[in-house]
Amino acid sequence: MTTTQPDAGLRSIPALVARNAAAHRDRPAFREKEFGIWQSWTWSQSLDEIRALALGLLDLRLNRGDHVAIIGRNRPAHYWSMVAVQMCGAVPVPLYQDAVASEMAYVLGHSGARFVICGDQEQVDKVIEAEESQHTVDRIIYTDKRGMRKYDHSRMTSLADVQAQGRAARSRLEAELDARIAELDYDSTCVMLYTSGTTGKPKGVVLSNANVIETARNSSAFDRLQATDDVLAYLPMAWVGDFIFSVGQASWCGFCVNCPEGAHTMMTDLREIGPTYFFAPPRVFEGQLTSVMIRMEDAGRVKKWLFDRSMALARRVGPALLDGRSVGPLDRLGYAASRLFVIGPLKNTLGFSRIRVGYTAGEAIGPEIFDFYRSLGINLKQLYGQTEATVFITQQPDGQVRSDTVGVPSPGVEVRISDTGEVFYRSPGTFVEYYKNADSTASTKDPEGWVATGDAGFFEEATGHLRIIDRAKDVGKMADGSMFAPKYVENKLKFYPNILEAVVVGNGRPFCTALINIDLTAVGNWAERNNIAYASYQELAGHPQVYETIGQHVEEVNASVAQDPILSGCQIARFLVLHKELDADDGEMTRTRKIKRGVISERYADLIDALYDGRDSVRTETEVTYEDGRKGKLRATVRIEDARVLPSPRDAAQQAAAHKVAAE
Amino acid sequence: MNEHMTTADFEPYTTADGRRIGGVMMDLRNITLRFGGVTAIKDISFDIREGEIRAIIGPNGAGKSSMLNVISGFYVPQEGEVWFRGKRRPALRPYQVARLGIARTFQNIALFDGMTVLDNIMTGRLTMMKSGLVSQALWWGPAQREEIEHREKVERIIDFLEIQNLRKTPVGRLPYGLKKRVELARALAAEPSLLLLDEPMAGMNVEEKEDMSRFILDVNDEFGTTIALIEHDMGVVMDLSDRVVVMDYGRKIGDGTPSEVRNNQAVIDAYLGVAHD
Repeated sequence: MTTTQPDAGLRSIPALVARNAAAHRDRPAFREKEFGIWQSWTWSQSLDEIRALALGLLDLRLNRGDHVAIIGRNRPAHYWSMVAVQMCGAVPVPLYQDAVASEMAYVLGHSGARFVICGDQEQVDKVIEAEESQHTVDRIIYTDKRGMRKYDHSRMTSLADVQAQGRAARSRLEAELDARIAELDYDSTCVMLYTSGTTGKPKGVVLSNANVIETARNSSAFDRLQATDDVLAYLPMAWVGDFIFSVGQASWCGFCVNCPEGAHTMMTDLREIGPTYFFAPPRVFEGQLTSVMIRMEDAGRVKKWLFDRSMALARRVGPALLDGRSVGPLDRLGYAASRLFVIGPLKNTLGFSRIRVGYTAGEAIGPEIFDFYRSLGINLKQLYGQTEATVFITQQPDGQVRSDTVGVPSPGVEVRISDTGEVFYRSPGTFVEYYKNADSTASTKDPEGWVATGDAGFFEEATGHLRIIDRAKDVGKMADGSMFAPKYVENKLKFYPNILEAVVVGNGRPFCTALINIDLTAVGNWAERNNIAYASYQELAGHPQVYETIGQHVEEVNASVAQDPILSGCQIARFLVLHKELDADDGEMTRTRKIKRGVISERYADLIDALYDGRDSVRTETEVTYEDGRKGKLRATVRIEDARVLPSPRDAAQQAAAHKVAAE
Repeated sequence: MNEHMTTADFEPYTTADGRRIGGVMMDLRNITLRFGGVTAIKDISFDIREGEIRAIIGPNGAGKSSMLNVISGFYVPQEGEVWFRGKRRPALRPYQVARLGIARTFQNIALFDGMTVLDNIMTGRLTMMKSGLVSQALWWGPAQREEIEHREKVERIIDFLEIQNLRKTPVGRLPYGLKKRVELARALAAEPSLLLLDEPMAGMNVEEKEDMSRFILDVNDEFGTTIALIEHDMGVVMDLSDRVVVMDYGRKIGDGTPSEVRNNQAVIDAYLGVAHD
């Protein structure tokens, strides 16, 4: 869509869907792979399904202003639910489907959800368990009928039955539905999303139609998204990004949302769909690159040689071509050839043959990874955003893409840096409020509409690009007063394929230490190659050779950190490899896999003490939570090793000067 | 030997969790099976009712697998009768058994290692394919339609057992637990009314066992399939089954609901290893 002015009538998601059903009648709106075949629904069919569902919800007496929780994987029926709920004047609240019952209980209670739409039996069970403490839910609607026969059906209905009920009640309720749709405008609530809660309890972020539609319009124009684009919807529906891509932008542009068969078929489905517009957190790109590299290690010598040659050329030429810089005719020819024989097939295997715009965000991405995809000719860019901003704060324009910045302010967004270095923004996407939490709303958003991101950053003078250093509250001082920015070092560590997660400790301490998680895929493959037997993650993590490798990585990172005059104090003097993977089920990370420092420093207090008291090994016991909620204990002896720390450039200069003085 | 069967036993009833258990589907009467001088099964009688999960348990060498082979028609007992759906069953060829609606899995997985998961499951529908060799080879007209129809059924099973990501994976590359699942899928592809499972959970870890138990219950629940299974893990058996037959040294030493069997002295002795005369 090239419309720049929002049409007067297009002031809600249902209005956009209705427009699409007229303007893009026979274009696919949703696809889902089921029973091995991609099923698709056109915009007009989708509207019909959505209206049937909305009528059914009315028949079940869904009131204006009610909250409806939606818990399930990405499926057309769940996207329809979000629109149908809004049609009824109610508020959709998508929840993380891998949340455990206690987390779910809090959100259900806080939002006061009267209706819950569950993907399957597993989610229904959790809602029932959550009801031990919360009694807000009147009705449970489920999408997948499997295993549901034995439940008490006085207050449970399958989604298909709700739709059938709605179709039957059409003549009776259609006028009421149309009246409720007509009441919707720019200020009515579009969706409520719970933040993952790195600190404290999750907060319900209320986004209005204005937030979502204006953001969708601006961002779609920025990347020239069109009705012919295809996205793969595989990220949690409770995450703001998925809502903007698969509901906001999809409704605005009228493009097609493709839902994979299940989480474990994502890669195959990605390849079959070949999206033109794709978003993934850095770890997805990392995972793909790791698996490509592992498979190339196993390839024959000729293939390996061809791959290495092609990639060397692509690294030089690919990004230049993407950015429209000049490239010599010989290089162009070589690149064309490798596109035909190596890069093309590789992109096809990865599912990136048709990609036009790719985004990554959420965490820093390693320069090697970033360059790899860009050299394949994939227009991978970075954006910076948060739920409260309806995603977009800054993003990288085509042709100005770098791995260490997050781009320029998105259209319509104002960004300023406070005196303390914290990033503030104000935009059409700025959230309405935190639900039932006026205090937090007031402390986050000032009366002029400026929102504190909680991140410390600065604008690069030469390019006008924003660079993010760390969470503002995590930036601290070491005992000697030098700056401590843990994430800066952690990101450098995580760029090594062998390291999955790292937690750097050092605020107020004399030196920095690190707790490290190895990447089981990469290290496991290395172990296999070197005939190293291991029975568990724990055993592999404690292997002396693994320690040696990780130690080398740590020292390389130290060498790189030492170059930075401000942050050279953040070099890691001692480290250990954790005996278990950090896990959201144990509360150590958020559902979007951000580490929770507070929890980690409490849970592993004994390990951290040992890192600072000079012991070379420590016996520890950790409580773990299994997927089904049961708890167990994990015992281990964890080894601690020292790493070489280099003098900072400033110290080195001083020393050199002192030496010179002494010599004279 | 049939003194435990009163007419009340034949009344259909509904279990606590809402499943309907019907009349007798298979009745085994005074079965004795010998291999040369070895008597594997000695005068055993029991029945399997429509819609139930029936377990056969017992220590190693008790004759459980032989019993399952008698039920499946692979072994023909020297003495005794097998009644299936109210008729005495004569000796049958394996394909005739399959057509009766009986399917099974094996203790030591019998899949085609070089074939993909999908192809392996498709073989479960072979007895139902009608088109001839030539039209199948040419994949023409009716053969094509037929394959699409069968593929649809197979896809539903793939969805049911949650193995969508393995369709194109050769079976030989799968770990043990998943092979077991594929074997179950193949048995289900035949749309059996009676499903025989020979140690479906042998060699599995706790998580795999839980998954498999879930699938067995779901199969029984969703498709109404009657299931007879042999299993070593007592915990699993007691949770899953409606009724349990206990065998020891080829004899039946107990028969009843899990709680009845658990309290049966003969069963306790057999499992704790009391000396036999």
